[in-house]
Amino acid sequence: MLPFALQKAGSVEEAVTAGAAGWRYIAGGTTLVDLMREEVERPDRLIDINALPMNDIRVEGGDLVIGALARMADVAAHPEVRRLQPIIAESLIEGASPQLRNMASMGGNLLQRVRCPYFRMLDAACNKRTPGSGCSALDGLNAGHAIFGTSEYCVATHPSDVAVALVALDATMRVRGPEGERSFPIEQLFRLPGDTPHLEHTLRPGELILELRIPNGAYSRRARYLKVRDRASYEFALVSVAAALSIEGDVIREARLAAGGVATRPWRLRDCEAALIGRQATRQTFEETARLATQGARPLQHNHYKVELLPRTIVRALEMAGEVA
Amino acid sequence: MTASEHEGPVEPLRGRCSANAISRRQILQLAGGAATVVALPSGAIGAVETNAEETFPMTSAQLTVNGQVHQLELDPRQSLLDALRERLGLTGTKKGCNQGACGACTVLVNGKRVLSCLTLAAMHDGASIETIEGVAAGGDLHPLQAAFIAHDGLQCGFCTPGQIMSGLGCIAEGHAGSPEEIQFWMSGNICRCGAYPGIVAAIADAAGRT
Repeated sequence: MLPFALQKAGSVEEAVTAGAAGWRYIAGGTTLVDLMREEVERPDRLIDINALPMNDIRVEGGDLVIGALARMADVAAHPEVRRLQPIIAESLIEGASPQLRNMASMGGNLLQRVRCPYFRMLDAACNKRTPGSGCSALDGLNAGHAIFGTSEYCVATHPSDVAVALVALDATMRVRGPEGERSFPIEQLFRLPGDTPHLEHTLRPGELILELRIPNGAYSRRARYLKVRDRASYEFALVSVAAALSIEGDVIREARLAAGGVATRPWRLRDCEAALIGRQATRQTFEETARLATQGARPLQHNHYKVELLPRTIVRALEMAGEVA
Repeated sequence: MTASEHEGPVEPLRGRCSANAISRRQILQLAGGAATVVALPSGAIGAVETNAEETFPMTSAQLTVNGQVHQLELDPRQSLLDALRERLGLTGTKKGCNQGACGACTVLVNGKRVLSCLTLAAMHDGASIETIEGVAAGGDLHPLQAAFIAHDGLQCGFCTPGQIMSGLGCIAEGHAGSPEEIQFWMSGNICRCGAYPGIVAAIADAAGRT
């Protein structure tokens, strides 16, 4: 690991001032320390934000509000999270291992770097790690890579599970930077790679994630997260789906759908959502609407299976959400 | 979040990539003034100290390990795992993959199981840490240790300290209700042989001689 300076922030203001001056925030460190050891990440200055009062979990006006420093394990075990937004607990427990969930913060989870093996392989080409060097995944081992939102410069999937649920549920985040606070939908945090894959999110210099806010919908208590992967735990998704339905009688009134493991950012499936509204909650409806999800898919040499696996996962996730709706 | 990841002027891949505007030497100088991991003095951040030494400051942290208090001066790079093993001589905690994938380095920090390889020791000032060396009370094995022996739950033994520390966490969390639940909640501890690097080196060595 290359040498760096380490300091502790005593207040949000101190942290933001440091962030604006180029200090890099560190919370759980589960991604950053790993990448620094591999010298994929080479920050010179780290500011430890763990002492900041940003780890509370509360209900406010029906919304669930989660501090950015709340640990994945604490959020997943929290009674109000499990009662109001069980999909948040479900998607968190499907991610990482218990030890990692005890360490990793919610804000850090959303900012974690990709798991593309070439990103971590210093002798491979990677435009995300070294802009302009090329992309070894394009013609390499790309079975785990994206079929949506890709470019000729990057095809890595976004690795977070809970981000998929947060995007499906129209969650927002509040951040503070040198010029004050702002809130925006979490979906807007994530950039498409385009020709600048090294730029992964839309935070401005020094901006610190303060908290996440998840609105309460008619579907919230019935939303489900289904993750398909090569082993039953402690593995990243091949395909995952967050599904939420509000059903009256047997007619779908509201639907929320997003997919993970298939795109360069958490992938909201708005065409499928629109097609579900007003229809009967049957397997036939789910199968017909799930087909819409793969329009525009651009599979690579080894990940064609995702074009088939995605609609199947959507159907099953909708069935799971329908069972509890 | 490096500066290059922020929104703002975006340099596309065509042409040269955006280089840091500040040199490594300047950054080293920026960091030179701080002494320990303490709250930042106001105005310290961003101040350029042109005569600072080109070294990064050590940091100090007080760690309570198995009930014993240690005051340590630490290189910021030192992981909790390395601090336990190399500074305190507590080699029961094992270095397996050193990248958070195997669970061999699991310890309890303030009662919660974490991976000591993926966390910086200097970030645990004031923390209470329990390692495998602190599990047995006096000369008596902890019941979980005794159970590992009774059920032959170890082969080479390299992963065993991490398995036991993680098992203590699993039980304390209330996730030991069934074999399936235990499997799921122990999935961060991989049991494998720790000799892969030695095997590769031996093959390479042998291949060079034949």
